[in-house]
Amino acid sequence: MNAHVEKVRSRGRSMRARWDSMPRQVRWIALLALVVFLYLLPNRWFYINLWYFRTMESDMATVLFETSFFVLLAVGLNVVVGFAGLLDLGYFGFFAVGAYTVALLTSPESRFDVGWPWLAAVPAAVAVTMISGVILGGPTLRLRGDYLAIVTLGFAEMIRLYAARNEGIANGQRGIPEIPHPVPSVKGSDGQALFGVVDARPYYWLTLTIIIFVILGVRNLTRSRVGRAWVAIREDEDAAQIMGVPTFKYKLWAFAIGAAVGGLSGALFAGKQSFINSDSFQLTNSILVLAAVILGGAGNIYGAVIGAFITWYLPEWVRGIGGVIGLEINVAEYRILIFGAVLIVMMIFRPQGILPSRRRAAEFADRRQEAAPTEASA
Amino acid sequence: MDFDGLVRDFPDLTTTGLEQGAIYALVALGYTLVYGVLRLINFAHSEVFMIGTVAALGTWQAMGYNQDSSVSGIGLILLLVLAGLAAAVVASTLTAVAVERVAYRPLRRRNAPPLAFLITAIGASFVLFEAVGLFSDNIGIGGERGPFGMVRPFQPATLFSIGGWDITNTQVLVVFSALGMLVALDLFVNRSRLGRGIRAVAQDPDTAALMGVNKDRVILLVFVIGGIMAGAAALLWNVTYAFSRFDVGFLIGLKAFSAAVLGGIGNLRGALLGGLLLGVVENYASGLFGGEWKDFTGFVVLIVLLMFRPTGLLGESLGRARA
Repeated sequence: MNAHVEKVRSRGRSMRARWDSMPRQVRWIALLALVVFLYLLPNRWFYINLWYFRTMESDMATVLFETSFFVLLAVGLNVVVGFAGLLDLGYFGFFAVGAYTVALLTSPESRFDVGWPWLAAVPAAVAVTMISGVILGGPTLRLRGDYLAIVTLGFAEMIRLYAARNEGIANGQRGIPEIPHPVPSVKGSDGQALFGVVDARPYYWLTLTIIIFVILGVRNLTRSRVGRAWVAIREDEDAAQIMGVPTFKYKLWAFAIGAAVGGLSGALFAGKQSFINSDSFQLTNSILVLAAVILGGAGNIYGAVIGAFITWYLPEWVRGIGGVIGLEINVAEYRILIFGAVLIVMMIFRPQGILPSRRRAAEFADRRQEAAPTEASA
Repeated sequence: MDFDGLVRDFPDLTTTGLEQGAIYALVALGYTLVYGVLRLINFAHSEVFMIGTVAALGTWQAMGYNQDSSVSGIGLILLLVLAGLAAAVVASTLTAVAVERVAYRPLRRRNAPPLAFLITAIGASFVLFEAVGLFSDNIGIGGERGPFGMVRPFQPATLFSIGGWDITNTQVLVVFSALGMLVALDLFVNRSRLGRGIRAVAQDPDTAALMGVNKDRVILLVFVIGGIMAGAAALLWNVTYAFSRFDVGFLIGLKAFSAAVLGGIGNLRGALLGGLLLGVVENYASGLFGGEWKDFTGFVVLIVLLMFRPTGLLGESLGRARA
């Protein structure tokens, strides 16, 4: 058993080493090919040839849009949980704030009825979520991490409850309809607006583009002074403070950046659905995003991407495959049960995730070694 | 702002507030005990409570009583209450112990960072409530994630009234059993030999272990006590509100946690004070601003408290409270 595990691990290490030692140009070309592949993926003439990879039961483009937008959430949450080591359990609260901001600013049905175009409402939504992140993080980030976890959990649920019960602004259960789609002036080849109701592909492309920019931004951030401060805080907050890192400031930054990405995806969601009510913001979604980040490997952007892909795409895919062989396997229904259990199992047996960040894996191994003597006595 | 409504309903709001607060207090004890000993917020505790309510409901249904049946006769009432209590306490305790075994102990062995405990706790919590939500149909206790109704062992009725303050029988039952359990627990922790072990581990786990206290056993004991209290709270909830749901634990858990922080987390008497205070404040707020704000109040209280007095009203720490 152990020998086998060791073998798999060494294989993973050698693959990583091979990738790292490839010439820079080859790596760029490989990444470029991947990006082109991802852009082509929702086209029917393209995915129809990928026999076993595509989803059989549901529309591929829609599933891809949902997956991409889940990936965006995971990338945002990874900044908070993976880099700064803060547990944010109410990520969908920020998502809801972003979506409702867009809805209230754009929809003719909203109480304010200002009728902004979608594009103008997005920066406003990001700003509002960032501010709400600062309001929430301000009092709690000075305290132990547990408080942040429970306060964010409460925040997400309070936003949902408020949206469900408040008739004046949020329209209660009826929600806010008629949110305009993004940029109606851009026309497709058939003369209709590109961002319509039926075709999910433009939304997928839009989200994919945003993801690429967010990943680039976050990656550069982690390699800067800010990223080093986050790692220092995650590893040992007291030591970081003594060394002169303004821990509170950087924690608040991580929290606000994570919130902003959540708000951005909320704005996207509102633009796609053109209708929102409180049912779209169930707390379980926050936990799914967290499970995606933990499963993929907190602290590694690509880990978070893969984790989100597994959490969202895989259940749909399994359903399709089950349909082909004549079985009805609806894994999506058991998603939360499964990924709740995944959280426990991963934390016990592989806390660093599928695709770990090297530094974080080393941190866990270190702690485990410290515990070794007590384990013998216990 | 409806000041007239607040003044008019003041007695009613106060007594129902105390009743709800007593349930919060019993659940808050679970948070506080575990926090005092392990310095860990046991997120899954809300589900321990939920399992208790569902177990009592299931027992009543197995005995042939559902929401339509009426109950009469003191013997039958007593039988139902005791059977429900036993089921709730046993189920809650087993859940609490299982959570400790599955989600916390392996991590303690591996010296995992605090973040890891929170993640497994939230995982355990979601597994529990999702399992009840998904399969409640199959085990015949209500269905499809809707609220499950249940039998009322006795109808709420006004027992006596003092100067316009109507006191119902459930209110008397809930508040006095909560008080009684708290006094018993306080005596247990401060006077008994096992309680001394709990206080020792809370003060300094390593030294306590050197002095011959079995740390793992103390931790298990703490989870058992928390489970018993949550089970009792679950029965009182059933008697008062006669409904349950797979996610009934969530709001109660959040409010009980707020109550624990309000009184000073890790402090047993603080949990009672915080629970009663939160229940009353919440009801006044709903009288003042309208019912949709009621659940908000506990949360706002928590945030404001964390801003200005994170150690709570009576101060933290189980060990130092009476060391």
